[in-house]
Amino acid sequence: MAQHGPGDLELIGLTKSFDDFTAVEPMDLTIPQGSFFALLGPSGCGKTTTLRMVAGLEQPTAGQILIGDTDITNTRPHQRNVNTVFQSYALFPHMSVMDNVQFGLRRRGDKDAKRKAQEALDLVELGHAGRKKPNQLSGGMQQRVALARALVNRPDVLLLDEPLGALDLKLRRQMQIELKRIQQEVGLTFIHVTHDQEEAMTMADSIAVMNAGRMEQLGDPAALYENPSSTFVANFLGQSNLLAAHVTGTAGDGRLTADVHGHEVLVDAGRVPAGLRDVWLGVRPEKLALGEGNGVNELKGTVSDASFSGVATQYLVRMPWGMDLTVVQQNDGSARARLGDAVTLSWDPGHEFVLDSAQDEDAGVEHVVVDG
Amino acid sequence: MSWLRRHLLLFAAVAVLLYMLIPNVVVAVFSFNDPVGRYNYTWTEFSTRAWTNPCGPQGLCDSLGLSLRIGLIASLIATVFGTMIAFALGRYRFRARSGTNLLIFMPMATPEVVMGSSLLTLFLMMGVSSGGLAITIAHIMFCVSFVVVAVKARVATLDPRLEEAAADLGANPPQTFLRITLPLAAPGILAGALLAFSLSFDDYIITNFNASPSSITFPMYVWGAAQRGAPVQVNVIGTVMFIAALAIVLVSQLLTSRRRRAAA
Ligand SMILES: Nc1ncnc2c1ncn2[C@@H]1O[C@H](COP(=O)(O)OP(=O)(O)OP(=O)(O)O)[C@@H](O)[C@H]1O
Ligand SMILES: [Mg+2]
Repeated sequence: MAQHGPGDLELIGLTKSFDDFTAVEPMDLTIPQGSFFALLGPSGCGKTTTLRMVAGLEQPTAGQILIGDTDITNTRPHQRNVNTVFQSYALFPHMSVMDNVQFGLRRRGDKDAKRKAQEALDLVELGHAGRKKPNQLSGGMQQRVALARALVNRPDVLLLDEPLGALDLKLRRQMQIELKRIQQEVGLTFIHVTHDQEEAMTMADSIAVMNAGRMEQLGDPAALYENPSSTFVANFLGQSNLLAAHVTGTAGDGRLTADVHGHEVLVDAGRVPAGLRDVWLGVRPEKLALGEGNGVNELKGTVSDASFSGVATQYLVRMPWGMDLTVVQQNDGSARARLGDAVTLSWDPGHEFVLDSAQDEDAGVEHVVVDG
Repeated sequence: MSWLRRHLLLFAAVAVLLYMLIPNVVVAVFSFNDPVGRYNYTWTEFSTRAWTNPCGPQGLCDSLGLSLRIGLIASLIATVFGTMIAFALGRYRFRARSGTNLLIFMPMATPEVVMGSSLLTLFLMMGVSSGGLAITIAHIMFCVSFVVVAVKARVATLDPRLEEAAADLGANPPQTFLRITLPLAAPGILAGALLAFSLSFDDYIITNFNASPSSITFPMYVWGAAQRGAPVQVNVIGTVMFIAALAIVLVSQLLTSRRRRAAA
């Protein structure tokens, strides 16, 4: 296939230290041209720092950045065809919204700057606000101006640092669709930083999950969700039930037997890393069914909490050994369990993932602080 | 009673304003006087002679011209240097930073007599003759401090991320400075420049130390004239200066409010 456009973005051993603190550990990453790449991770894990290095605003401590065959590691920000939507917007307060959006085009002497800027503003539904000053706009409107200001330049790589964080749900969904459409239409490479894992999963071609300056796992959304490589990814991306298990033997049919608190379960042999005996057996809440299965992988417990959300009901089921398992039952007409009911949980062998039990089972759990 | 209470603040403000303006009003009124004798302290009769012939008294307009020239040159140079120093102090951490800060503060804290005399000694030692050049150098020196203070306050409020955003959008460093940094720092720079000009224009003590007989500035002229009896034209110049300053403030206020309304 003929190669058009600037080429892939490649990070080679990219590292950033501030004094004795390493914000980004050596990172190797190739982002194919025209792909939508999401960078996901908790606050302070180094997402913004990574983007700033790509934009040229932060000098890497070590490593290289390439677009196609061109090494841009030592070029200045204004020499890179990379634009950023800043987490803090960084709109120019002394310029009108229109002038803000035109700024990049004007620097390149684009004759058609005004029309393109107006189009970009229309795109983010701010076509009428061109003459206003940024401080006359709401937070969400400012964020959309920041988006238009970067997007209008059609850069090789567009860096988006939580570009939709300040928008309400409806506008957010709308912008997600718009962003995805623009990205596919123009074939730009997007690197999208977000806290919102759902956003990352619905929009991105591939996702990198970062933790404390390290890239934990890289893959397409489904692979990451179905096969997390660490407890951190398992907990950060969606919910997981992690059962302490011990591999006891083989059961034929490509399966292994394992012991979960005295109950024998079957595990897909292909999912167990060679030689591992003490493991975390991970089962996603929607893979657990209320009710008996085919006589395998069944656990009995009592419903300790049930919350109905319309499309589904989420249960907490207390196991005899004191652990609560989360179960999500689709609202498909099947009978709903009530608080205190004794229930049987089951799942199909192969619907689990297996991780080394040496890992911290609470890594990546989002701690929700509840008032009172 | 409640009406009074509600408007008490207004009365107080107007009273203070009037009290402060009385000297200017008196000066303006007496610029239309036609005094008998050398002193323009008692009202005699109305006349516009001083206004139609402002340069009448010998040396008055020369001294005014000299003061304006020194004021413009000194404030221009002080503004350029002061702005650069303010950016250096506000943006960068370097070894001599606290030392520079102290040095900038010194001229503001030193009594003018001390500074004037030591400058004179210095100029004598270096062979710089007293006069316009010496005065200008002296003015630049103390004006820089005030410009630095005014601009530094503004630089501190500038978000460095705005400059990063400009660079990110393809502006090279000179473009970034001209289009982002300078416009945002402009109010501080302008305030510093105006302050520098008025400080230079009305400085007497330091100027007097370094002046020569051929370099009489306006404040020196007024002081000298006052001892022999000030001509009415001094009142004319004073009134014009006051009105000019008032006009500058009013116009800038008007421009700001109009820009704000246009943006809304
Ligand atoms: N200029 C700096 N000097 C020192 N430490 C820094 C600097 N910039 C960032 N850090 C540190 O580097 C780490 C990563 O910061 P970064 O801004 O990349 O986080 P992030 O993943 O973008 O977080 P968030 O989701 O909250 O925006 C943080 O611990 C931060 O304190
Ligand atoms: Mg960040």
